[in-house]
Amino acid sequence: MSKYIAAITAVGQAIIKNKEYLTELDREIGDADHGINMSKGFEAVINKISSLDEDKDIGFVLKTVAMTLISSVGGASGPLYGTAFLKAAVPAAGKIEIDAITAQAMWQTAITGIKERGKASRGEKTMLDSLEPAFEAFSEGVKTDKTLFECLELASAAAQKGVEYTKTIAASKGRASYLGERSIGHQDPGATSSSIMIAALLEFCRTQMTGGV
Amino acid sequence: MVIVSHSIKVAEGIRDITQQMAKEVNIIAAGGTDEGEIGTDALKIQAAILDANTGDGVIIMVDLGSAVLSAETALDFLDEELRKDVRIADAPIVEGAIVAAVQASTGATLKEVINTANEAYTLRKL
Repeated sequence: MSKYIAAITAVGQAIIKNKEYLTELDREIGDADHGINMSKGFEAVINKISSLDEDKDIGFVLKTVAMTLISSVGGASGPLYGTAFLKAAVPAAGKIEIDAITAQAMWQTAITGIKERGKASRGEKTMLDSLEPAFEAFSEGVKTDKTLFECLELASAAAQKGVEYTKTIAASKGRASYLGERSIGHQDPGATSSSIMIAALLEFCRTQMTGGV
Repeated sequence: MVIVSHSIKVAEGIRDITQQMAKEVNIIAAGGTDEGEIGTDALKIQAAILDANTGDGVIIMVDLGSAVLSAETALDFLDEELRKDVRIADAPIVEGAIVAAVQASTGATLKEVINTANEAYTLRKL
């Protein structure tokens, strides 16, 4: 299995592991399906990418991830994360390795894609509240010549902070927006799933560095 | 016309009611996920748009939330040429579908059909 397929598999497994947790968060302010939908989507993704030919580049693999999420998740997170992976695939086209600069470009286009698709911006209690600060922290790392791993460490910490921040604000997008002010005090499931994915990617890179599996 | 709902049954039901009012309009139901569960699926919607297309434009009726996002994602997958003839209606799904289909059956343009669908917001029941 190529490293990048292993990395995506690790990210998917982290989502599947957190199925109940994400669904529980969504039960409080949404329609209680985020964990179920995301887990269903990533089960399909893991299944699909495990059967891809070894010679497929990262762009191709990410496109496959995107199309699988788009058709199998069912909820709004399908087209949103699907669009993110579809956009991230563009700077990764033809590549079999990702450096920090490419990762930054992928992240940037992914966030732009989510914003366009969801017509959302930061501060609306969505996945953007963890993804965007994480991206900014990552970019700061790139600017100061940190390694890809160090950049991911900064990003993951910022994403977790972003998740905490969502507890302090009211939702104005998605199902939770029906609750308005009553959504304050609750953690956003989408911001949480984004943060889980970044943390899983960081952990995957750590195992690679320490020679683990 | 394409009917997008989280539920297969709802999409098919609206298609049936609408078809009864406008027999000559090509109406395709695109409800549920690829596994038939509650949800929406952009690829299913894309296929439905291709099925629904008879060359005069396609109007998409959507229910809530992810139906809109999935329909917009489906538009991204279309050829440039077809995409400009496909519109998502900003309308209540049942009333919108019926008035739009009736309008379409009179040979109206896509723009007229969309406007009629969107005006369905003003239909009062009581």
